[in-house]
Amino acid sequence: MNITVCVKRVPDTATRIRIAEDGGGIMQDGVKYVMSPYDEFAVEAALQLVEAAGQGEVTLLSYGPRATGETLRSGLALGAHRAVLLTGEPDMDGWATARVLASELAESDDGLVLFGIKAVDDDQQQVGPMVAELLGRPCATAVAAMDVDGGVATCRRAVEGGQEVVEMDLPAVATVTKGRYEPRYASLRGIMMAKRKPLVEKPAAEVESGLVLEGLTYPADRPQGRIVGEGTEAVPELVRLLREEAKVL
Amino acid sequence: MADVLAVAEVKDGVLQSVSREVVSAARGIADSLGGAVDVAVAGDAGAAAAGLGQHGADRVLEVEGAVRVDVRAAAVAELVRAQGHGAVVFAATGPGRDVAPRVAAKLASPLLTDVVAVDVDGGEIVATRPVFAGKALARVRARGAPALLSIRPNVFAVADAPREVKVEVAASVSEVGGGYRVKGFEASSGAALDVSEASIVVSGGRGMKDPENWHILEDLRDALGDTAALGASRAVVDAGWRPHAEQVGQTGKTVTPKLYFAMAISGAIQHLAGMRTSGVIVAVNRDADAPIFGVADYGIVGDVFEVAPALAAAIRELRGQ
Ligand SMILES: Cc1cc2nc3c(=O)[nH]c(=O)nc-3n(C[C@H](O)[C@H](O)[C@H](O)COP(=O)(O)OP(=O)(O)OC[C@H]3O[C@@H](n4cnc5c(N)ncnc54)[C@H](O)[C@@H]3O)c2cc1C
Ligand SMILES: Nc1ncnc2c1ncn2[C@@H]1O[C@H](COP(=O)(O)O)[C@@H](O)[C@H]1O
Repeated sequence: MNITVCVKRVPDTATRIRIAEDGGGIMQDGVKYVMSPYDEFAVEAALQLVEAAGQGEVTLLSYGPRATGETLRSGLALGAHRAVLLTGEPDMDGWATARVLASELAESDDGLVLFGIKAVDDDQQQVGPMVAELLGRPCATAVAAMDVDGGVATCRRAVEGGQEVVEMDLPAVATVTKGRYEPRYASLRGIMMAKRKPLVEKPAAEVESGLVLEGLTYPADRPQGRIVGEGTEAVPELVRLLREEAKVL
Repeated sequence: MADVLAVAEVKDGVLQSVSREVVSAARGIADSLGGAVDVAVAGDAGAAAAGLGQHGADRVLEVEGAVRVDVRAAAVAELVRAQGHGAVVFAATGPGRDVAPRVAAKLASPLLTDVVAVDVDGGEIVATRPVFAGKALARVRARGAPALLSIRPNVFAVADAPREVKVEVAASVSEVGGGYRVKGFEASSGAALDVSEASIVVSGGRGMKDPENWHILEDLRDALGDTAALGASRAVVDAGWRPHAEQVGQTGKTVTPKLYFAMAISGAIQHLAGMRTSGVIVAVNRDADAPIFGVADYGIVGDVFEVAPALAAAIRELRGQ
């Protein structure tokens, strides 16, 4: 069984986000970009599934600017077999992104299409299930672990209070969260081999966005807090403040 | 003029309290659009949902048997198509996040998730939502109707806008695609209340030293009542001390409780990303220079193993338990 993993290039989580003067985006200088952390889980899941099956290939698919090629190479270095980059500028409209990705996936007969549960820039948690709808395939979200056997994927979903077990008939779609999968590190050999793996670049399908970004702002600064005191002696005063000043107890 | 659909949340047949926030947000939008508020309720919680009239619902539409996510999505999309709602409001909870994008795709509409504020401008929805894990806020306009959004729990005030509610049974759902079967559920040892929905969160960090010590935080949580839940830093989750479901931060849950306790957590940027919009933040850390004190409203410099039990005892005393 072949698997496609959709991956997004996002600012590293440790990056300080500085808003551009016109509020229309973030300043690019000094921003380090990485594969979204949850997409790394999805890549790891795909690699483990083809390894367990002893056959099958993993394709990485991304929609983004040309620099995304670098992100895709890092995924190829982990063991993915090929990559496709749909060049363009995705915005916050996940529905537009979903249509771009689905137009590429419509041709694919891969048994599984995997996503991260969310991309850590826009945090929308929507592209995976939207692509599933467009492809008319079943979709399990928040999958912490999955196994495939005889055309059926058994997924353990991380839900409130525990794990829900669902079965899907292939072909199917899943969004992966942290659970069984610990992303591997690229080996030197992997990095060398990645340079020779196919990475196809083509313009993304044209879709119209339904959203307009009016502007970015910083969240209001939290008012300067205070140290109530030291050790257990400060506890009565803290409780009093929580009750009388903050009114939360 | 357009009506607004609020998608209520029901768990095991019980109407969830976040539904009140969803209806309140829908009421605000409907008032600006000059329309009514319909509430979609799955399963047999219609009677309970009638209580949502208190918060501005005009009509409750019961959708029979719509428990599984793909069936619920089909049902909600069908309702919106039939009634021509101008906006649809979901809760950005686990179930809400699962169903909303499916509905959006069926309606070929964009979806704004995790919204923390919303207004109507020129008949269009303009929503504010955190991006880059809360390091910035984006104001985004949805063009065209219907506009779909999910609201972050604990952010929207519950409205007091009582009115008569009609309860109707909506048409049952036509067959959905299938190929998706729920086989079972395994409860984890943790509490049932999800950290992202709790109104009080008690989070523990690496300074707790050992998973065996968590009874101290469990006791504090219990003292705070049944709207409190446990959270954790990533260091603790990576060490295998606590489940990932409890992780707060950029690669965990984003939480907005009214009260957040950071117990022996240093306050790394990725942790702050997940909790800095909490109402009131309390930090206990033995290092007076820990960055967590930079965002905390109230801090105690001290040993968590002494302060946490004293705090639990003082809260119990206050509550007369
Ligand atoms: C890509 C990426 C994503 C990440 N995502 C997340 C995320 O989602 N959530 C998250 O939390 N982190 C995340 N991190 C990790 C983050 O950078 C920090 O490493 C982590 O938050 C540290 O956890 P901690 O505060 O529990 O541990 P530490 O930083 O080790 O802090 C422990 C604290 O406990 C205090 N302490 C020790 N003993 C006591 C005592 N007896 N009494 C009182 N205080 C005591 C110490 O003074 C210290 O401040 C991420 C990192 C990366 C690179
Ligand atoms: N531009 C993109 N290119 C490829 N995959 C994407 C893109 N945007 C989102 N995804 C995928 O969809 C998931 C969820 O993204 P989101 O809905 O934006 O939180 C991500 O984890 C990726 O797997």
